[in-house]
Amino acid sequence: MQTERKIRVLIAKPGLDSHDRGAKVVARALRDAGMEVIYTGLRQTPELIAETALQEDVDVIGLSILSGAHKTLFPRIMNLLKKKGLTDVTVFAGGIIPEEDVAEMKKLGIKEVFGPGTTTELIIKYVCENVPKRT
Amino acid sequence: MTKVEELTQGVLSGDVRSIARAITIIENNAPEAKKLVSSIYPHTGKAHIIGFTGAGGAGKSTLIEKIVREYRRNGKTVGVVAVDPTSPFTGGAFLGDRIRMQELSTDPGVFIRSMASRNYPGGIARATKDAVKVLDAAGKDIVIVETVGAGQSEVEIIKVAQTVVVIHAPGLGDEIQAIKAGIMEIADIFVVNKADRENASKTAMDIQAILQLNNKETAWKPPVLKTAALTGEGVPQLIEKIEEHRLLLEKGLKHKRSREKAEAELIEAIKEKVVSSVLEDLRKEGKFEQLVGKIVEREIDPATAAEKLLKKALKDAEA
Repeated sequence: MQTERKIRVLIAKPGLDSHDRGAKVVARALRDAGMEVIYTGLRQTPELIAETALQEDVDVIGLSILSGAHKTLFPRIMNLLKKKGLTDVTVFAGGIIPEEDVAEMKKLGIKEVFGPGTTTELIIKYVCENVPKRT
Repeated sequence: MTKVEELTQGVLSGDVRSIARAITIIENNAPEAKKLVSSIYPHTGKAHIIGFTGAGGAGKSTLIEKIVREYRRNGKTVGVVAVDPTSPFTGGAFLGDRIRMQELSTDPGVFIRSMASRNYPGGIARATKDAVKVLDAAGKDIVIVETVGAGQSEVEIIKVAQTVVVIHAPGLGDEIQAIKAGIMEIADIFVVNKADRENASKTAMDIQAILQLNNKETAWKPPVLKTAALTGEGVPQLIEKIEEHRLLLEKGLKHKRSREKAEAELIEAIKEKVVSSVLEDLRKEGKFEQLVGKIVEREIDPATAAEKLLKKALKDAEA
């Protein structure tokens, strides 16, 4: 038996969106790229997302948001992740996040923000290249 | 302190991060995996391990959510390992069982872990039984394993669980399906879920009828229960039956089952060890590749080739 590390990704939908086509498209694409993808389902609180990331021991978290509440929800999520010691997890975001908010999101520790029209190939490449190293 | 000692302590104290990391290490078969399992092993054997299996869409995850809630009301802590299939083509997996139980995530008395089967046969993953050990050692009173959506012959769960619940949904077959070997034989408890649907009673009766054909005298006769996972109907009765079964196991069956489980695990561990060491030797000699070529050219069949290759290895073992 050899060591076999798989990339584990959490795709999460914080807040009150009722639309998750985009999240599912990304989840499916990452699955087809050979990753193990956990999807939270809709309407997740920051606590649920952080706790799920902890229990599932994921390498990467993708946050999908369309409601415009990213400035309220993302800081809470990032704070909780830090509190739980999940500082070695790569977090990226997607959905509808205005250009002028991107810098602020990155300051929170969100490593990349993907807007509408991003190809799944690009996201796969990004995730592969940004899996945190672990000892 | 070594990493393994640190993790073991974390697991034993119920630290969520340590539990999660330990399971990942086991899943990936990382270099410290074996040591980790052997260091937590003495602390296992306390939890009651319940397996849930049945066809995809029967309502396993939804029912488990309700069951966990009921256990929590009774003051028990619960660990869940939910297995979903890995793609045989890409190696990827979409782990979706958790969605049905997601609201339980923030309950500190509950730990849920999604697991990809990584193409292990039989409806669970290779790492499932050791992940169960981690949750057991972490002090969970109840550990629930949800198999992948299982067909007729995915019965590996009996090697992991002490009580096996097989879940059916109405309308998926008649009594001829119920008389077949395999999954219908492993149930300690049958559940017909979606009891609010038409035909639920008929399905329950079909199963009941086939069970009555069993003329062996046994200490435990698998009951057939009806539940509606969405409303929680029938869940307290199911837990009662699980508890009855657990008590029966405690009284005597447990020893027999533990021995059977231990035997199966030992055989599996030997197989794994033998196969990997023998294969490694064979590959080194180059004869392996040569025979693969001959099999492709139809000069030799795989079974004869294996015999040829193993002749020497088996002789060595005999001597």
